[in-house]
Amino acid sequence: MASIRLENVWKTYPNGHVAARGVELSIADGEFMVLVGPSGCGKSTALRMMAGLETPTQGKVMIGERDVTEVPPQERDVAMVFQSYALYPHMTVRDNLAFGLRMRGAVPATISQRVDAAAKALGLERVLDRKPGQLSGGQRQRVALGRAIVREPMVFLFDEPLSNLDAKLRLETRAELARLHRRLAATMVYVTHDQEEALTLGSRVAVMSEGRVEQVGPPLEVYRRPATIFVATFVGSPAMNLLPAELVPAAPLPGSAKASGTTMGVRPHDLAVTSPGSGEVDALVDVVEPRGSELLLYLRLGASGDGPELRVITPPDLEVAPDQVVGLRFDRARLHFFDRESGRRVERPGTAP
Amino acid sequence: MRSQGRWATLVMAALVLGAAFPFFRAIAGSLTPEAQLFEGAPLWPSPAVLEHYRALFAERAFWLPIRNSLIVAGSTTLFCVTIGSLCAYALARLRFRGKTLLLGVILAVSMFPQIAIVSPLFLLLRSVRLINTYPGLVLPYLTFAMPLAVWLLVGYFRQLPAELEEAAMVDGASRLRAFREVIVPLALPGLAATAILTFVYSWNEFLFALSFTLGPERQTVPVAIALFRGQYQVPWGQVLAAAIVATAPVALLVLAFQRRIVQGLTAGAVKG
Amino acid sequence: MPSVEPRGAERREARLAYGMVAPAVATILLIALFPLTWTVWESLHLHDLRMPWLGQPFVGLENYVEVLRERRFWGAMAHTAWFAAASVSLELVLGCVLALAMNRTFRGRALVRASILIPWAIPTVVAALVWRFMFEGLEGWLTDDLGAWLPVILADTWKETPFVALLLLAGLQGIDPALYEAARIDGASPWRQFRYVTLPLLAPAILVALIFRTMNAFRVFDLIYVLTGGGPGTATEPIALYTFNSLMHNLRFGYGSALSVLVFLVTFALALGYIRLLGRGLTEGRP
Repeated sequence: MASIRLENVWKTYPNGHVAARGVELSIADGEFMVLVGPSGCGKSTALRMMAGLETPTQGKVMIGERDVTEVPPQERDVAMVFQSYALYPHMTVRDNLAFGLRMRGAVPATISQRVDAAAKALGLERVLDRKPGQLSGGQRQRVALGRAIVREPMVFLFDEPLSNLDAKLRLETRAELARLHRRLAATMVYVTHDQEEALTLGSRVAVMSEGRVEQVGPPLEVYRRPATIFVATFVGSPAMNLLPAELVPAAPLPGSAKASGTTMGVRPHDLAVTSPGSGEVDALVDVVEPRGSELLLYLRLGASGDGPELRVITPPDLEVAPDQVVGLRFDRARLHFFDRESGRRVERPGTAP
Repeated sequence: MRSQGRWATLVMAALVLGAAFPFFRAIAGSLTPEAQLFEGAPLWPSPAVLEHYRALFAERAFWLPIRNSLIVAGSTTLFCVTIGSLCAYALARLRFRGKTLLLGVILAVSMFPQIAIVSPLFLLLRSVRLINTYPGLVLPYLTFAMPLAVWLLVGYFRQLPAELEEAAMVDGASRLRAFREVIVPLALPGLAATAILTFVYSWNEFLFALSFTLGPERQTVPVAIALFRGQYQVPWGQVLAAAIVATAPVALLVLAFQRRIVQGLTAGAVKG
Repeated sequence: MPSVEPRGAERREARLAYGMVAPAVATILLIALFPLTWTVWESLHLHDLRMPWLGQPFVGLENYVEVLRERRFWGAMAHTAWFAAASVSLELVLGCVLALAMNRTFRGRALVRASILIPWAIPTVVAALVWRFMFEGLEGWLTDDLGAWLPVILADTWKETPFVALLLLAGLQGIDPALYEAARIDGASPWRQFRYVTLPLLAPAILVALIFRTMNAFRVFDLIYVLTGGGPGTATEPIALYTFNSLMHNLRFGYGSALSVLVFLVTFALALGYIRLLGRGLTEGRP
């Protein structure tokens, strides 16, 4: 098992595209680190540089104490699960699982022992002699997983492995992965564009955008104290509401911040609907979306509904209709403030960072 | 819509018949007794005779050019597919400087008019005493067969998902090993198509074979047939019999592998 | 902003690539590029194998001047251009018709495809002989200056249309059938569908077919050598045959080399023109 470090890593492609801009990332031994961000943010590039499939234009990649920046993938002792699984179509499941061990010159006895153990753990005993083309999507996913497990590598890398599964399978496999991590206590790096997945799986989450790491931290911290506007709106669904602070005169601004230079953020879950006039602001209801366990309201700020759009989550039995004017109450403990120019979080003096 | 289907069938029937008619005439001609051939061959001979086929092998030793063609086409195919697949893989997957230049050169060579290099090749082969030998044909054939093979295989390799090699490398295989264990088995259909097309191309080649061979010992089938000489005029009976014999193996190959051939032809030529 | 220099891993990859590419490159260099250079060099010298005592003196562009003054050369160029234009257009039209007819699943499609492939697969020599046989009995065709072109063009069309048809068929199969349905709903007749949906989307395939066929039509040799021998006289002599005769029959290597270079330049110019039409896709996309 080993730690991973990316030190000031840049990746520029010959056509000029910059996929990584000075990425700094430190992953501890045994940690489950999730890289999350929209497509094109550089998370897959970062993962591939850890695997050795891409070489940084500048910077270092360390695995354990070893500088592996120039080391090819076959000499790195990492295992990777690809988005499309990349199973060898012309080999049986057994041969797929055994391939990595065979490449590294393992003894046949060891190979069959480990392959059988992995197959048992993943419920693949009965399909060992089939080819990938004859398997279901879920089975293929497990073979991809098995291929990685069998090698007992230092590091596991996952490149959006669940995005090809249907919703139900995705949830089941997510739980499987969490269990796997607990059992193996291995260092795992996981890439996804799904922020919900990131928050549930990771012991730490790195939110990336345009080749940069915006914030790294435990899921709860990233959710509760987003460091930038990007993180604030990317993490959490429905997305956080952003308002120019001056539209909410009653908002408790942090210390030296001026209302005109600050954006206020509040999550849909942290707003409550009351009668008009009895909250910090009034708003006009636009759309009511019943979601079973809750209601999602789309509102426009202001009694005449000419302000920015807001989203609010309320209990399901709330009686509210479109074109109705309501009052909004803010949970003062759950407000976020960001500098409008830099997008960075502004803290209230006296609050712990 | 139904009228469209009927029109389509009619058109196709017409074109297929049109394609088949010359063969029909050729077969008929090859079975026509010598005497009837002089006065303008009938549509179907009676009596039909196998005389020409017999004479082809008994008197003209037609098995010689067949042997030569098999050896030359077979060797060319072997070299082209092995050397060509290595080159094509590098072009399709690896990053190196001069890639575009190389692709351009290969493209350019495939467009050479053969005639442009016949004379220097003749002099070159003569100086190393390879005129009228097997290598003396295979080497020039590689000039044109190789670009064709590389061209087809690059398109084919590009179709294979890159993640397979990446998975193999992460699993511990070197690039070459990944090529051998993962790519080649998967590329067999493409390799087969390329091999077939290269073989057909080499079998049919005429200009180089005509220029670089001197006699029946090394002449290939197309040259042998073209140079058939009769006592007074072209011995059509035997020529047509030879044509049928020359066509039969190719026709069988085509019928057996037509899907592969079509895939190879169109994958290499049509933009994705 | 860091510069993009090759690091160790990339240099390794490049070295492997050079190794894999080397045998093919060596072959092409030796057997294609070197002879071509030799031809150019030869074209600047007098080299007549019938008169070896004259040696091989450098004569500059004299051979070229002689070629351009030779009426037979211009005749051959005209023949080649006319042959290419006539046969390629015929092949495109017929190929398109055939492709359209074959673009539906029906029983026996495989058989049809195979049977039209056979003319393409047989040696050109054989095709030429068969067609010559069919025309030999007919009075007046092969002996007529203009009439001799008919069997030539027919034979070439017979042999090459299948390739064009298959190319176009592949292109047709890439067209989303939903587009036709949308057009039908919009009220387009079958002809209109063809003109506004099929043709534009088939354009890339047509272009590729055009390039391949024109390049090959310009190099025509086997077919005419065997069918008419260039005759009657030199009435059907294409440029490749004229070059061949100058080289291998008249043994005028210097003169023949000049011819070869000219043919090469014309082919190259055509190729460049077409490549520009197809765009960068040819070298960067799938070839």
